[in-house]
Amino acid sequence: MGLMDFFKKKNSGEVAKDRLKLLLISDRANCSPEIMEMIKNDIIKVISKYMEIDAEGLDIQITQTESDASNGNVPALCANIPIKDLKQANKDV
Amino acid sequence: MSEVIVITSGKGGVGKTTTTANVGTGLAKLDKKVVLIDTDIGLRNLDVVMGLENRIVYNLVDVVEGNCRIKQALIKDKRYPNLYLLPSAQTKDKTSVTPEQMKKLTDELREEFDYILLDCPAGIEQGFKNAIAGADRALVVTTPEVSAIRDADRIIGLLEANELKRTDLIVNRIRMDMVKRGDMMSIEDVVDILAVNLIGAVPDDEQIVISTNQGDPLVGSDALAGRAYMNICKRIQGEEVPLLDLDTGNGFFAKLSSLFKKN
Repeated sequence: MGLMDFFKKKNSGEVAKDRLKLLLISDRANCSPEIMEMIKNDIIKVISKYMEIDAEGLDIQITQTESDASNGNVPALCANIPIKDLKQANKDV
Repeated sequence: MSEVIVITSGKGGVGKTTTTANVGTGLAKLDKKVVLIDTDIGLRNLDVVMGLENRIVYNLVDVVEGNCRIKQALIKDKRYPNLYLLPSAQTKDKTSVTPEQMKKLTDELREEFDYILLDCPAGIEQGFKNAIAGADRALVVTTPEVSAIRDADRIIGLLEANELKRTDLIVNRIRMDMVKRGDMMSIEDVVDILAVNLIGAVPDDEQIVISTNQGDPLVGSDALAGRAYMNICKRIQGEEVPLLDLDTGNGFFAKLSSLFKKN
């Protein structure tokens, strides 16, 4: 898993803190895995209209981002969508 | 003015009962009139931590059911003139008491006591709802572990939803040696994640185990945890006390330096 490789060099206290931060954001957002799955499927549908994407490799997560409007961090939906064929995308658009 | 304080955590085994015993005893040592209520019906524990298990006649359920008067059920701790315990029932379950009954009980006790401390059961169900019903403020106990902090976050959310006036955090069982080598979240990390006011941090101290074995809370003793608990008591009263330096190396030097401080 890519995420684990990313954390490998960190000590376990850091790992715990990072895991907790993500966990609490999704806990607080009260977003169930079922809903996340539905969002994911809908995203695949929409993007697939315009380009060929790797549905297997698609990953969505609720994370944090800094907001200009409000002070501090706000939850953000972060989608990582690998594109398989960009040519197709260019042709279509 | 009296205050009703609930000690809660969500997760079990993080030190709610130990905290209740020590904070309650500490406040009594500071000349406040204190009553401790064990609200964990079915799993009575505060009485043994306090060393008062042999003196129980009536319990919390007897009081709310009207089998006895409040005064009859209160156990006076002979070691401290201002300290009382209202034990929980061991044979009933959480549904024997309602939040309304708990609120009525705590309001009656306000007339007599400076501090009413409620030892909350683990979980977020009926027992938790009973414990927070009459509370003005909460002490949320957590340890620097992912599961305990996650539950603490949930509890803090529920306390906010129930409009408690104030919520403070106690980070329990900190091991500075592990924090130093990066294998435990620091107090700052935990406070940062939970975004709530820190009222104290208690080190993982084997003296706690010893005092629990003996049924005598160690608050106010020279042990690091005893000093940490006493500082928490002072902060509850509104005193400004700087955070204790828990980074005293190993136990031997901690004891040595505290010896010198005392003299």
